Amino acid sequence: MNVNAIREQFPILHQEVNGHPLVYLDSAATSQKPRSVIDAVKRYYEWDNANVHRGVHTLGSRATDAYEGARSKVAAFLNAASEEEIVFTRGTTTALNLVAGSYARSVCGEGDEIVITPMEHHSNLIPWQQAAKATGATLKYIPLQPDGTISLADVEATVTERTKVVAVTYASNVLGVINPVKQIAEIAHRNGAVMVIDGAQSTPHMKVDVQELDCDFYAFSAHKMCGPTGVGALYGKKAILNRMEPIEFGGEMIDFVDLYESTWKDAPSRFEGGTPIIAGAVGLAAAIDFLQEIGLEHIHQHEQHLAAYAYEQLSAIEGVTIYGPKEGRVGLVTFNLDDVHPHDVATALDSEGVAVRAGHHCCQPLMRWLNVSATARASFYLYNTEADVDRLVGSLHRTKEFFGHAIG
Amino acid sequence: MQLDDLYRRVIMDHYKNPRNRGTMDNDSVTINLNNPTCGDRIALQLQVEDGKVTDAKFSGEGCSISLSSASMMTEAVKGRTYEEALELAERFSSLMKGAPVEFEELEDIEALSGVNKFPARIKCATLAWNALRKGIEHQQQS
Repeated sequence: MNVNAIREQFPILHQEVNGHPLVYLDSAATSQKPRSVIDAVKRYYEWDNANVHRGVHTLGSRATDAYEGARSKVAAFLNAASEEEIVFTRGTTTALNLVAGSYARSVCGEGDEIVITPMEHHSNLIPWQQAAKATGATLKYIPLQPDGTISLADVEATVTERTKVVAVTYASNVLGVINPVKQIAEIAHRNGAVMVIDGAQSTPHMKVDVQELDCDFYAFSAHKMCGPTGVGALYGKKAILNRMEPIEFGGEMIDFVDLYESTWKDAPSRFEGGTPIIAGAVGLAAAIDFLQEIGLEHIHQHEQHLAAYAYEQLSAIEGVTIYGPKEGRVGLVTFNLDDVHPHDVATALDSEGVAVRAGHHCCQPLMRWLNVSATARASFYLYNTEADVDRLVGSLHRTKEFFGHAIG
Repeated sequence: MQLDDLYRRVIMDHYKNPRNRGTMDNDSVTINLNNPTCGDRIALQLQVEDGKVTDAKFSGEGCSISLSSASMMTEAVKGRTYEEALELAERFSSLMKGAPVEFEELEDIEALSGVNKFPARIKCATLAWNALRKGIEHQQQS
């Protein structure tokens, strides 16, 4: 994998921030976009733009082909059995809310259970809290091991025959752990529950096969995988999707409308009321092409290498605490520097052009489990290099020195 | 961009030796506020008498900017009437918007003027002041 050639395709990376060449280490929040994705969206607006599924005219057909072509591309990318199993959404959050708001609320009742973990992002936690409250179901948590991993024995102990939904992230945006979602799905199914996977942090970085995982739902966002913001998708098994009620109503999702009653199209259209995110889907398709040309396996290997290098370099700095397991992680390292608040760390790094995230990362329960109020996080993608890690480490040394003097 | 522009000595002094950090038993009102973008939280306790703030204490977690701002605020409001305290909070808001505000004898606070060049950090600096505003409004209504 030629990282320099890849970097050339990302215009935004070639700039100075605060007088230093930009080092972008916040791809877990959102990734940067290659020229091919930007051009695809631009070309769509300059050449094909029209509303989909309605116009008889030529542009209408082209726009529809582009949008439905993107759906087929996503289906192939995830190895879904059919493109009818792909619902375009605004992103992972909307996708998970759809499952919680429609599926969970219709199947759960008093005494039933929804099982999640304490490492979930708020978007895979609050929708279930709300669904549990609305239905009288109990929200249960699979406990975490001291290193932040999940043990299958704990999954077995938590999931019961009353469990209707198990929702777990494939990869944690804080701990970096990759969860054994395939095995968890097997346990969920054995107990008659459906398996929902939050794929926001896995889809951009590793090959995903929803049939092999045998999950019932899988959600992800385009913007974390080189695509545009405002678009993502929900994969759902066709038979389940077609049993689910829509949660948004309007144009395009209907079969027949009468004054007092209406009926819905089959999935995925029944979940895509209103003019869909056409340009976003076009951009997502271009991002999938871009990633597949390089190869998800290569990207994964590259990030594993960078994460291991960063782990080693950062742990060599006295006063740095790293969270999450050393092995088996995606390309991110979450850390704190003794006596310096992560906000101050992030501001100091930014003053040298190094962009990291600081805060609770939308994981407040996990922050409490870690017994911290916030952390800093450096996250890597295919365009990052060892030199980027070196810049982070150098800047962190100076940060430590600056605050050491300032508060010494 | 120089870190010294933001982290002036007086700020770091308040961070290292925060004034009025702790809790009191005889408070008139306690305000708990979160900074939801980062998870920082502050509990501000005010003791009031005859329309005046007679004592102020804060506890909680935060970065150097939020803690030093809380430290300076609690120092500044003691002995002030509700109106004076609210006016001070108003001046602090202007300072965060980059207005050339003077704090006369409270020159420590002016050291936070550098925060307006760091938009992501303004919420850190205003957390304690927002708590003050809420506390006084609560007292005025009750």
